Amino acid sequence: MKVVIMGCGRVGAQLAGLLDSDGHSVTILDTDAYSFQRLPPTFSGTALFGNGLNEEVLKKAGIEEADAFVAVTQGDNRNVMASQIAKHIFNVPRVICRIYDPLRQELYSTLGVEAFSPTTIFAQILREKLES
Amino acid sequence: MYIIVVGGGRLGYYLTKALLSEGHEVVIVEKNPTICQNINDELGSVCIRGDGCEAATLADIGTARADMLIAVTGDDEDNLVACQVAKHKFNVPRTIAQVRNPKNETIFKALGIDVTVSSTNIILENIKEEVPTHPLTHLLTIRDKGLEIVEVKIPPDATTIGKPIKELTLPQGSRLALIIPKELKPRVPTSDTVLRDGDRVIAITTPESEEELRAVLRGA
Repeated sequence: MKVVIMGCGRVGAQLAGLLDSDGHSVTILDTDAYSFQRLPPTFSGTALFGNGLNEEVLKKAGIEEADAFVAVTQGDNRNVMASQIAKHIFNVPRVICRIYDPLRQELYSTLGVEAFSPTTIFAQILREKLES
Repeated sequence: MYIIVVGGGRLGYYLTKALLSEGHEVVIVEKNPTICQNINDELGSVCIRGDGCEAATLADIGTARADMLIAVTGDDEDNLVACQVAKHKFNVPRTIAQVRNPKNETIFKALGIDVTVSSTNIILENIKEEVPTHPLTHLLTIRDKGLEIVEVKIPPDATTIGKPIKELTLPQGSRLALIIPKELKPRVPTSDTVLRDGDRVIAITTPESEEELRAVLRGA
């Protein structure tokens, strides 16, 4: 499948590497070209410099043919806005969004955005570790 | 009315001042503690330090009973989220977002924000109006009806000068509302009104046919 990832931080870069080695077509976006150094040397997808909140940049990244869009920048609101653009403007079939703030994650989940809160997930993992 | 303003920048500050003087109950939410303190020193205790995109902050200031939330931070994405949280979590009846990137206006509309104000567009239009050669200025957009009111200047080289309006084929949905000549008094045009050099034509049109209207009026 064709995947567009917004944000080439640790999670974005690692996900891009994994999907790429599984044979998927990956385009990853970031507003800082330096962050593409996080991509594994074997990465054969496209690294595109640009802001994922910009429709032109998204089009250039091939969002119109994408099967999935993943928003993993540091900013919750940026992720939320880009995900909604991908979902409602470009009708991408699968859109996944990272939202650190658990309350905002809950709200946007009820609004139909597939959102995950690393805060909630990690706290749960820690609790399980400590209580087991 | 109880109005929440998100963002205590210059716009948020002056907006709050204006709303307070109209007798509204206003609370500003601002992240930066120094800005927050300055506002409270000047306007009384109206500024709450916090993130206006966070449901917890909005709950603290009683957003559920707010009549309106206006998001005027410098970042479009923050304004979008503040409005969406207010709308969907607290059922605020009216949400207004400032938009810096003019392209985001349509996106915000599609995502359910009641009113968007594109500060960039407003400033651009105001400046363009002062550029004498600029052919078409947007004066007002009536978005829910898909209409706009524009001003077209008739330059000295327009081939339409001296022609009565009935000889022009205006695009469908376009109508001339007023002609403001250089020296004479403004008048409502009839089909016999003749266009002159320097006339400012105020017209009602649609975003799709504004280019055609401009071409018809200037004979390009």
